[in-house]
Amino acid sequence: MSSLIYFLKEVAKTYYSRKVLEVHNLDIHSGEILAIVGPSGAGKSTLLRMLNFLEPPTQGTITFHNHTFSAGVEMPQDLRRQVTMVFQRPMLLNRSIQANVSFGLEIRGIRGTAERVQAALEEVGLAHLAHQKARTLSGGEAQRVALARAIVLKPEVLLLDEPTANLDPYNVGMIEKIVLHLNQTHHTTLVLVTHNVFQAKRLAHRVAFLLDGKVIEVSSADVFFNQPQDPRTAAFVRGDMIY
Amino acid sequence: MISVPTELIDIILLSMQVSGVALLISTLIGVPVGVFLGLNRFVGHRFTIALLYTGMGFPPVVIGLFVYLLLSRSGLLGSLHLTLIPALFTPGAMVVAQTIIAFPLIAGFTMAAVMGVDPNLRQQVMALGATKQQAALVVLTEARVGVIVAIIAGFGGIISEVGAVMMVGGNIEGRTRVLTTAIVLSTRQGEFSLALALGLVLLSITFLVNVAMLRLQGKSFDE
Repeated sequence: MSSLIYFLKEVAKTYYSRKVLEVHNLDIHSGEILAIVGPSGAGKSTLLRMLNFLEPPTQGTITFHNHTFSAGVEMPQDLRRQVTMVFQRPMLLNRSIQANVSFGLEIRGIRGTAERVQAALEEVGLAHLAHQKARTLSGGEAQRVALARAIVLKPEVLLLDEPTANLDPYNVGMIEKIVLHLNQTHHTTLVLVTHNVFQAKRLAHRVAFLLDGKVIEVSSADVFFNQPQDPRTAAFVRGDMIY
Repeated sequence: MISVPTELIDIILLSMQVSGVALLISTLIGVPVGVFLGLNRFVGHRFTIALLYTGMGFPPVVIGLFVYLLLSRSGLLGSLHLTLIPALFTPGAMVVAQTIIAFPLIAGFTMAAVMGVDPNLRQQVMALGATKQQAALVVLTEARVGVIVAIIAGFGGIISEVGAVMMVGGNIEGRTRVLTTAIVLSTRQGEFSLALALGLVLLSITFLVNVAMLRLQGKSFDE
């Protein structure tokens, strides 16, 4: 694999004196698809929020492009803007679909966005709805707009927080295809949080298993699913309860 | 006496001016304060909200009394004799009183509207690269329907208010007489038809202003 884009060292996150995440070491490689799997409450979303620099770790450091993010440190704007996230719920603005997709470009002061917006909407198969209001969309369409809104920015890193958790198989398939394409053509680094082992299997190059805030195992998808090193990983992959 | 139409027009204009300027000032202060309170948590946050809610229900006549005491010649501000501080019994004093009445209404309702916006939306907007200011602006636009209600409530609170303008304005003919104080006066003088006519004018103004603001609200729904 190519160079490191993220490097996490002794990262811990505490909310109200409850430690929800403790990662001693985690590397994320440029251009890879890393899936983070684990049961709900394992700290997956917390980890993503920190990778997006939305909240700093309580302890430890997250190095991104040789820049260190830690408690009390604000990440420089231009670095922060190389990373974006699609959440589990689409969280569209109460505007037109086009206005939603151009939002990220506008706040960066980029003008004349019509073509880029159109291209992004075409990629998610919704170009014909550009002028409709976002609130008229179905769940799957809304999530595809949310994805278009992220990919129009051509981010270096795209974080996906359970992006297909509530969707039908058609939309799941479509979103998976789009993110795979993004990774293959633009070498966008993808970090995908999912509780769906099958989705991780379909998409990921490497998989990290998170349980009770701790990284139990990180390995290539092949090893992770076929020869898991940790019995808890093996149980999770089999679909057994591991509480 | 209020008999000549030009006098009536002066009264209407003064009402609109005093309440308009007070509304503008209280909106310019109240909306940002409401957004700040809605988006941030700090020590004393709940206490500040309690104060704000109290302010929303404060009797105008009590605010009139405070402003009277502040602006009178021997008062805390009046004794400073600064050009920026209006004297008692001037339209400026009425603007001060009405600004204080409208501010908690606008800040309070704006805060509630902002709190009603899903906190995850702000996080999503930040994740798309917005600065804190840009994110606050997005939340404000998402809450726009409630914010316009806040401004309408502020306007309603002061255009119809009589206690404070009476006390700090003095209802001086040709100088500080506004619609509400004129209604009080003409009723006291037994000129009920005039009082009723003035009341109708006041109602019409309030109605028209509200229609205009609702159009603004409707427009923002459609965009």
